[in-house]
Amino acid sequence: MTALTAQTIVRLTPTYRLQWEQMQDAYVLLYPDGMVTLNATAGEILARCDGVHSVAEIIADLQRLYPAADAATQLTADVLEFMEVARNEGWLGTV
Amino acid sequence: MKAGSAPFKVSPPLWLLAELTYACPLQCPYCSNPLAFARYRAELDTASWLRVLREARALGACQLGFSGGEPLTRSDLEVLIAEARRLGYYSNLITSGIGMDARRVAALRNAGLDHIQISFQASEPVLNDYLAGTQAFAHKLEMARQVKANGFPMVLCFVIHRHNIEQIELFCELASRLGADYVELANTQYHGWAWLNRQALLPSRAQLEQAEATAHRCQQRYASSMKILYVVADYFEQRPKACVNGWGSVFLDIAPDGTALPCHSAAELPGLSFPNVRNASLAEIWRDSAAFNRFRGFDWMREPCRSCPEKHKDFGGCRCQAYLLTGDPSNADPVCAKSPEHQRVVAFASAAGNTPARPIRFRNNRNSRIYHSVPERSASEHDPSIG
Ligand code: SF4
Ligand code: SF4
Repeated sequence: MTALTAQTIVRLTPTYRLQWEQMQDAYVLLYPDGMVTLNATAGEILARCDGVHSVAEIIADLQRLYPAADAATQLTADVLEFMEVARNEGWLGTV
Repeated sequence: MKAGSAPFKVSPPLWLLAELTYACPLQCPYCSNPLAFARYRAELDTASWLRVLREARALGACQLGFSGGEPLTRSDLEVLIAEARRLGYYSNLITSGIGMDARRVAALRNAGLDHIQISFQASEPVLNDYLAGTQAFAHKLEMARQVKANGFPMVLCFVIHRHNIEQIELFCELASRLGADYVELANTQYHGWAWLNRQALLPSRAQLEQAEATAHRCQQRYASSMKILYVVADYFEQRPKACVNGWGSVFLDIAPDGTALPCHSAAELPGLSFPNVRNASLAEIWRDSAAFNRFRGFDWMREPCRSCPEKHKDFGGCRCQAYLLTGDPSNADPVCAKSPEHQRVVAFASAAGNTPARPIRFRNNRNSRIYHSVPERSASEHDPSIG
């Protein structure tokens, strides 16, 4: 797997479904025989991995959602780090 | 018990298992259905199932399994799936593959089903059809292809016991050829029919060690294409499994007649009367019923569990196993090395490889009428198979 860059376009693996669960007040990731309840930022990141927007665009969008987030460089590092984790888990693929 | 007086914070039933029917064209001798399934006649009708789906979703359920028996024998399956989709469930069909054809697989897709799990009894037709008690293998292969052709994620499930445990590698090859996304290599859980057939099914420790090593090799070999889950045989372990993640914690099972259960073998436990969705709402059942609160949390525990630092990890193990092996469901699961009854498990497991295989009792109506209840056991009872 090559590392993600600002231009990479990522999308949720088709065997997974991401959905907002009112009862849990969180995004959950559903897949055959399993379910992960995501923390708020992880959920917001995955919800934007739509196979259309690039990593840079996703980060820009998150910057608007979290205006108080640290300098853009920190946010970028955090998002990329989570995306790599999600890719290793098989949740995310590149287009 | 009144709402609010529950001794433990009640979490939502995230996982709903809808056992639509006990009817099944197969006769697997390890089937987890109750021995007395032939006595259950009155299946819930479509309207009742639709209500169950709505009420469970409102309580927070999101994973939904349609199971049985063979759920394909229900002609309203597509209706239930469509409602499940509308409600926002992630739904799974747990099937033998018998009862569908190419057209029905497509219909299930259109109705909104999310994935399909097909069980195989063996990796080749002779043993498969012997264990299934009917010709099934060729049709299963064809249905697995249809499942993939319709774009479903596919889980293939192999229940492991002494007659097929040498086929682990072949199971994985077969699954890979069929394009499975997940493979479940599940050692038999000895409840229901498997308990009745335990002397015919339990593999030896040597067989299990080899199977586990083979499974781990296959996990690495196929890492890039499919995920292989290996479920251990806990008779050979030192600690029990966290059965259903704790009683009344995430798992809710509705039996074909509407009985609500905290796990699919709970009906065999003595002294509990399980509520039925015909008489109560799921909210009352889940939160307030005596049966769902009986082993919820930690207050019910005795020693050695009560003071054990590991109780948050395994919840004292499986209540049904505690009952079947010690005669009392409030005891620690005797798989645990801390249980005073652990020697019974050890003796049983180590005798397994040395006893000649007993004849298999197939899961069919005739046998269900003969072996309709699990023999009651008490700790003092002598059973030549144990110790
Ligand atoms: S385990 Fe076998 S007999 Fe039991 S329900 Fe499944 S396919 Fe039918
Ligand atoms: S004593 Fe009970 S809680 Fe502790 S590890 Fe054994 S079964 Fe689990």
